[in-house]
Amino acid sequence: MTATVSFILNGKPVTVASPADRMLVWVLRDELGLTGTKVGCEAGLCGACTVLVDFETALSCSTTLGDVAGKSVLTIEGLAHDGKLDPVQAAFQEHHAFQCGYCTSGMIMAAWAFLKKKPKATRSEIVEAMEGNLCRCGAHVRILDAVESAGKAVGGVR
Amino acid sequence: MRRRDFLQGAATGALTFFFATPVGSAPIVPTRPGTYSEDFNAYLKISADGRVGCFVGKTELGQGATTVLAMLVAEELELDPAQVDMVLGDTDLCPWDMPTGGSLTMWHTAPVLRGAAAEARAVLLRMASKALGAPVSGLTLKDGAIWVKENPARRTTFGELVKGRKLERHLGKVKPKPLSECTVIGRSFPRKDALAKITGAAKYAGDLRMPGTLHACILRPPSQGLTLASADTAGAERVPGVRIVRDGALLAVLHPQPDTARKALALVKGTFEGTEPDVDDVRIYQYLVDKAAPGQRVVISRGDVAAGEKRAATVVEGEYRNAYESHATLEPHTSVAKWEEGRMTVWASTQSPFVFRDAVAEALKLGQDKVRIIAQFVGGGFGGKLVGPGAIEAARIARQVPGVPIQVAWNREEDLFLDGYRPAAVVKLRSGLDAGRGAITFWDSTVAGVSQGEAELSYEMQANRYQAPAVPGLHPLKVGAWRAPNAHTNAFARESQLDALAAKAGVDPVTLRRRLITDARLLRLLDLAVETFDWDPAPGPTGRGIGLACGAWRQGLVVAVAQVAVDRTTGQVKTERFLEAVDVGLVVNPDGARQQVEGAITQGIGQALSEEIHFKGGRILDKNFDTYLLPRFSAIPRIQVVFADNATMVTQGIGEPPVVPVAAALANAVFDATGARVTHVPFTPKRILEALKLVPSK
Repeated sequence: MTATVSFILNGKPVTVASPADRMLVWVLRDELGLTGTKVGCEAGLCGACTVLVDFETALSCSTTLGDVAGKSVLTIEGLAHDGKLDPVQAAFQEHHAFQCGYCTSGMIMAAWAFLKKKPKATRSEIVEAMEGNLCRCGAHVRILDAVESAGKAVGGVR
Repeated sequence: MRRRDFLQGAATGALTFFFATPVGSAPIVPTRPGTYSEDFNAYLKISADGRVGCFVGKTELGQGATTVLAMLVAEELELDPAQVDMVLGDTDLCPWDMPTGGSLTMWHTAPVLRGAAAEARAVLLRMASKALGAPVSGLTLKDGAIWVKENPARRTTFGELVKGRKLERHLGKVKPKPLSECTVIGRSFPRKDALAKITGAAKYAGDLRMPGTLHACILRPPSQGLTLASADTAGAERVPGVRIVRDGALLAVLHPQPDTARKALALVKGTFEGTEPDVDDVRIYQYLVDKAAPGQRVVISRGDVAAGEKRAATVVEGEYRNAYESHATLEPHTSVAKWEEGRMTVWASTQSPFVFRDAVAEALKLGQDKVRIIAQFVGGGFGGKLVGPGAIEAARIARQVPGVPIQVAWNREEDLFLDGYRPAAVVKLRSGLDAGRGAITFWDSTVAGVSQGEAELSYEMQANRYQAPAVPGLHPLKVGAWRAPNAHTNAFARESQLDALAAKAGVDPVTLRRRLITDARLLRLLDLAVETFDWDPAPGPTGRGIGLACGAWRQGLVVAVAQVAVDRTTGQVKTERFLEAVDVGLVVNPDGARQQVEGAITQGIGQALSEEIHFKGGRILDKNFDTYLLPRFSAIPRIQVVFADNATMVTQGIGEPPVVPVAAALANAVFDATGARVTHVPFTPKRILEALKLVPSK
C-alpha cells in the first residue's frame, strides 16, 4: 500500500513513496537518511525520536507518514544554518548538556518547541516540559541549565 | 570546539574526530592481548600535514574519554586538545586495550598514553634539534611547531619533521611533564564530541546506512531458559523482500527495512524447549539465600567474631536486599556485521572492542585476525555493553549472507529481556558496638548474590567476617557488571547498618563514622562533605531528612549527603538535595569529572527509588519504560559536587566511585526524615509505606 506523500522537511519540500501508515521515524532514518532522530522505545515513552510537526513536538515513533502529509517537519538536522548553530544547540554545547548523546536530538527538539512558546519559563515549567524525554546518563541538570539559558539569551528562538 | 571546525566536524560525525588524512591508510597494529604496546607509534601518528592522531582501544560511551585522552596527548605535545584527532575502538587501528569499564581508562590507559606522548615529544625535540642545529634545551614547542627560543624564525613543524612516516627512534620510558608545568591537565576543556552530538551528525551503530544493508530481527523465546525448537516461517516468507536465516537456535528475519523486518518477525510461529526458572521477583531473595547456603564460604576474616559479639553492648541485625536492575541504555544493543573476503567486520555499540573481537572469533571459529570491531558512538554503556551477544548474533547471520551488511538492533523489549542485570542480592548483617566510645566489636556479613567487592572501607572493626557462596549458576537470570558492580550492594548494607548502629547508640551518623574511620583521606572528605552541605548533624531521626554514606571504588573515595522529603500518604520519596565529595586523586578534566558524578548521582537515584526488573519464571514482565522506571526530570534534585584537592595522587578514574554510596545515603535520609529503615532497593512507594508501618509510634 505504497502512498506518495509530500511534506516540508527542514524547510524543503520532499515527496516520499512509502506506506502511509509507516512510522515517521523509519521514513526519516531509512528513506531520507536523517539518522539524527533516534529510536529508543518505539512506544512514545522516551522522547528520543522527538521531531517538530508544524512546530509542535511530535514523537516520530508514533506519528505516521500520512499524518505529516502537507505539513512541515523539522528534525535536528534542520536546526543549524550556514554553519551557525541554533541558540538551543549552542546552549547544549556550552553547558555540555549531554553525555552519550543518544537522547540529545530529542531533548533539543523538545526544548526548541517549548521555548518557542515560552522563552521566559520558570525552572519548574521547564522540568514539566521536558518530563517526557528520558536521559539515562544523568545530564538532566545541565539540560535544564541549557534550556533556561537558551530562553534567556534570545528571548525566544526564531 | 572552535567554530571553524564546525562543518568538518558535523560532516564527520563518526568516532574519528577531524582526522585530516584517511585513517584507512594506517597500518594494522599487531595485537598483543593482555599487554599495552610499548611502541608510542601504536598510539600516536603524525600525519604529513602535522596533525596528531591518537589511537586508543577504548570507546566513547558519553563518559568523555575522547576529550580527556586528547588532553593528555595535548599536554605532552603542547597542543590544544582540539588539535588531536582521536580514533577510538577500532581493533585494526588501535593497540590492544582493556574494556572501557571499571573506571580503568584514567587508571590504566592514561599513564600509558601520557608516557607515549612524552616519548614522542622527546623524539620530536631531538629531531628538531638536529634539523635546526640547536640543542634541545634551546627549543620551544607549541601548536605543532618547534622553534629556537632565541630566534623564532628558525623553526620547523611536526609535519616537516615526520613527513608522514613512522617514528623509528625510541627513547624508552620518558617522564611526563611535572604537574607544575602542566597547562592542560586540571583545566576544563570543551567536549570533542559536542558538535557531532548536538547536530545529530554523531553516528551510532544503528545510524550506519551501508548500501544493501539488511535489518535482522531475531525470534526470541518468551522466557529466559528456553531455546527455539521449531519454527513456521511461511507467513513471514510471504512478505515481499523477506529472507530467513537460521543458524542453530538462532532464527532471523531479514529485510531492507527495519520496521518491515520487525513486522514480518511477528508472523513467525516458534516452539521453544527447555526449563524456565521456577522463581519470581518476590521469591527471588529466599531463592538466593537457600541456593547459596550450602556453598557459603568465608572470604574476609579479620579478628574473632564470636569474641567480638560477647564484647558488644549494642547488637544490630539487618537484612538488606536489592532487586535485579537493568542497564537500560537509551541506545539498545546494536551491531552491523559484514562478512567479506574471509574477514568479519562488526561496527558495534560496545564498551569492549577487543573482547567483542575475541568473542566473535570464537563464535565463528575464526582467528582473531579475521575479525575487526569498529566501535561507533555508544549510546550509554554502564557495564551493559562490556559483552556483545548482539554483535555475535549479527556476525552469525552475516556469515551466511556474504557481502551483505547485517544490522541487528535490539528493540526495547529485547534489550530489557537480554540484558545482563545488576544481580539481585541479600546481605545479612550482624554487628555490635561496645558500651564505651562506640567501637565496632564485630561485623558479620552473610551474602547471597554478589561478592565482597568494596565491602570493606577504612572503618576500624575489631572483627570482620564476610561469607559469600561459590555457587555456579546461582542467579536464575543473566547477570553482569552494572557500574561499580558489588560495591553499591555492599555499600548499601554497610552504610545503612552503620546508620542503624548510630541511631541505636544515640550518636549522630557523622560522629560515629569520624570515630571509626582510620584513613586520613576519607576523614578529610567526610569533613569536606559535611561542611559544604552546611549540615549540623544530630542523632537521628531528626525529621530533617538528611542522610550520609561513604563509598569506595579502589582508591577512589566518595562521601554522599542526601536530603529527602517523604510523603507519608503516598510513600513517594522526593530527593531535594544531593551532594558528593569525591577524592579520585588528580582530576584531569574537572568539568568532565563533574559530569560523571552528576550522572552517577542521577543513576543512583533511579537505582534507589524506582528501577527494578519484574519477572515471573523466565518471563521478564518489563517490556518498556512504562514499567521499568528511569528517573525523569522531576526526580532530579539540586546536585552539588566537590572534589578533594589531591593532585599529587595518581588519577583513579571517575566512572564507578560516585554511584557507590547513593542508595545508602538516600535510605539514611529516609530514616532521618521518618524513623523508617528501608532495607530493600529500590525503595518504591509501596516499600516505603511498609517500612513506615514498622516505625514504633511515640
